[in-house]
Amino acid sequence: MQVLTISKSAMATLKAHATEGFPSEVVGIMAGDSSKNLVSMVKPLINERADTNNRYRVNGLIVHRASQALEAEGFDILGYYHSHPNHPSQYSDYDRDHALPNLSYVIVSVMEGHPETVQSWRLTEDRSQMTEEPVQIV
Amino acid sequence: MATFEIPTPLRPYAGDNSVVTVTGETVAEVLADLLSQYPDLEKHLKDRKGNLRSFVNIYLGDEDIRALDGLDTEVEVEDALVIIPSIAGGLL
Repeated sequence: MQVLTISKSAMATLKAHATEGFPSEVVGIMAGDSSKNLVSMVKPLINERADTNNRYRVNGLIVHRASQALEAEGFDILGYYHSHPNHPSQYSDYDRDHALPNLSYVIVSVMEGHPETVQSWRLTEDRSQMTEEPVQIV
Repeated sequence: MATFEIPTPLRPYAGDNSVVTVTGETVAEVLADLLSQYPDLEKHLKDRKGNLRSFVNIYLGDEDIRALDGLDTEVEVEDALVIIPSIAGGLL
């Protein structure tokens, strides 16, 4: 089974972002080397739905331009991360409905302001579910 | 001929092409042409009712077609369309 590898520094940035944004959800891009399924950096984005505690959304053009800037620096886009404040890192039906295949969707659970479990999910081609992809930190 | 740029995660369903040449006079027509060439794209771009998924945006140049005439927006022969997904999710 494919494993998603996340560098320690990228994971530290991701968890710091999730902690800082609590109790709202935070979101960002995961970039690195797709041939190794390695996330070596994360790019925090601004959640347009930070007025809620249970939604994230980022305008397509903003994602597109941030992704292009990362690609120009030689990074591949591996997927996106977001946080689940006071909730497990299990994907929701809403997450699945808004996902694309061939990307990793990392969810970090933030309980009372502390980042806890991190899980990565990939959408199946028939869009019926997301399957868990093991995460390793290096 | 107009062109459609395909986002990276969906290229495996578009013959691994980043850009697909399409014909039609409106966005609805060029989209139908794209989906007739690559039917596997459809479930990721449209919901079960056949509407564009809420997070799927089609840009004509720098304009979201929703800010133009939507699927009725006219397409010129040399136009470049781009499919740009928003990212969204969260707890229910």
